[in-house]
Amino acid sequence: MAQVMLKDLNKKYDEVHAVKDVNLHIRDKEFVVLVGPSGCGKSTTLRMVAGLEEITGGEIHIGDRMVNDLPPKDRDIAMVFQNYALYPHMTVHENMSFGLRLKKLPKDEIARRVAAVAGILGIRELLDRKPKQLSGGQRQRVAMGRAIVRNPKVFLFDEPLSNLDAKLRVHMRTEIKKVHQKVRTTTIYVTHDQVEAMTLADRVVVMNAGLIEQVGAPNDLYHFPATLFVAGFIGSPAMNITGCALEETAGALRVRLNGEVSFPVPAERTARYRAYAGNDRLLFGLRPEHLTEMRPHTLANQYPFQVTPEVTEPMGMETLVFFSVNGTEMCARANPAANTQPGVRTQLLADLNHMHLIDEGSGRVL
Amino acid sequence: MTVSRRPFVKRLMLHVALLPFLIFALFPFYHMTLTSLKRDRELYDRYAVPLVITQGPTLEHYAKLLWDTEFLTWTKNSLMVTFLATGISVVVGTIAAYALARLKFFGVASLGTGIFVTYLVPTSLLFLPLAQVVQWLGLSDSKWALVLTYPTFLVPFCTWLLIGYFRTVPKEVEECALVDGATRIQALWRIVLPMAVPGLVCAALFAFTLSWNEFIYALTFTSSSEQITASVGVTTELIRGDIYFWGQLMAGALLGSVPVALVYSFFVEYYVTGLTGSVKG
Repeated sequence: MAQVMLKDLNKKYDEVHAVKDVNLHIRDKEFVVLVGPSGCGKSTTLRMVAGLEEITGGEIHIGDRMVNDLPPKDRDIAMVFQNYALYPHMTVHENMSFGLRLKKLPKDEIARRVAAVAGILGIRELLDRKPKQLSGGQRQRVAMGRAIVRNPKVFLFDEPLSNLDAKLRVHMRTEIKKVHQKVRTTTIYVTHDQVEAMTLADRVVVMNAGLIEQVGAPNDLYHFPATLFVAGFIGSPAMNITGCALEETAGALRVRLNGEVSFPVPAERTARYRAYAGNDRLLFGLRPEHLTEMRPHTLANQYPFQVTPEVTEPMGMETLVFFSVNGTEMCARANPAANTQPGVRTQLLADLNHMHLIDEGSGRVL
Repeated sequence: MTVSRRPFVKRLMLHVALLPFLIFALFPFYHMTLTSLKRDRELYDRYAVPLVITQGPTLEHYAKLLWDTEFLTWTKNSLMVTFLATGISVVVGTIAAYALARLKFFGVASLGTGIFVTYLVPTSLLFLPLAQVVQWLGLSDSKWALVLTYPTFLVPFCTWLLIGYFRTVPKEVEECALVDGATRIQALWRIVLPMAVPGLVCAALFAFTLSWNEFIYALTFTSSSEQITASVGVTTELIRGDIYFWGQLMAGALLGSVPVALVYSFFVEYYVTGLTGSVKG
């Protein structure tokens, strides 16, 4: 087991600067997920940690060693790839024991370790099969088994669930979490799926255009995004974000979305936002769960407003209500009992206790 | 009833459609076999029917070929030269193809193209400068000259064929081996090569055929009966001036095609996969 340190890590491919000054400290036994859209540099970062990609600048430390110039085999890591990367000419047992055989461990030791890990993953009966005889989920388990059996310092996962169907993906997600709880190996996991990131991670690293946007616990990222990108990326349905202006009248602040809709800013946030009073290049953010149907009893800082829903999507436990403000599509999560109908003007409730104000120029959440 | 008959009719049509190709492919062998079994009297009888044996078969041409000529020596030479040249070419071609397909170094793309262009240079142009090289090495009239010169066209061919095949081996599988603790050579030997067996077999088969059938270099670099290969021996020793020993020529051609036919029949599945298929990781 080991901590992983990335210091000023950079990767350039000719003209493309894929990873820019990434600094990250991953603690021993921690499960860290790198998440971001395609091309954000998350897989490149992982491959640099694995030693499969040369680094252009910076340092990578695994444990107390700098591994910049070490080949992958000497880094004491194990990696699970998106397409499983099982050796097709070997049986499951041979796949799992490949690394141990290269280390020239005694045969009985290899057999014992493979059997133990196969037991953990429930693949004992598959040990004599070839990869082509396995289903997607079984292959994924074997790929994980092959990583676990070597008892490495760090596990690296490169979008391991992307090739599975939706149901199996949810199941394997739980399996991965269970395995980590059992073996407690430091893990770096790459995905573009923010739900996977939120559910698996001790800490999530959100990347965009080669830069780290924010690092934090899943709930912290969700409730306290640091940037416009994180606010929009984390959460499904995504946070509602629309242009606004901040007005000050007699010492009280008001956020104005347009001529028709405006809300008072909660008093406890007045001091924080006062410096931005009069600024009309701001963005107002509110998650769909904080836009609900009108309720008989409202709390402090909850304000009603009128909308005309364009589309409603009944989900069973809730109904998603879509409407437009300033030409931006917004989404509310309403109680199905409210029976919100498209085209029928209705009253929704905005909970300003959870509002976000974002500086449009810098993209920073204020 | 109609349902069960449909596949049969479809299969029958398929086989009927294949018939012209089968006849086209097998006719030369039929003619060779027939000619090699005919008596000289029938062979040179201008009124005889060429496509059947009417005056009884004979093995006299085979006996003469095997015992009155050096055919067995030529065949032995052919086998030795072919196996050695094929072995050398596949090994060198494999290493070169792996490097060109997988490693990143300056000029890798143009080197790959260069190798392909080398393969396109005809042997009828290369044999002149190569003759000087062979003479300079003191290998004139030696079958070792052929072992040395055949790889000049076999290595580019094997490399070119294997580059394409190695590119179909998923990179992640090899990377996984590297992460699992393998060196690059171990990853090549234990992971990539076992996955590339159809490609290797295909390259070896082509190299075997090209070398077995090679004529120009063998004719130029060897001349004595103890050193020549079967392709040269049959045509130089059994055609004397304007006299063609048709029976022995055809017997020699038929026996000469046996090793190639055997090799292909054993490895036909690998050969087809190597040409058409790719590796699934």
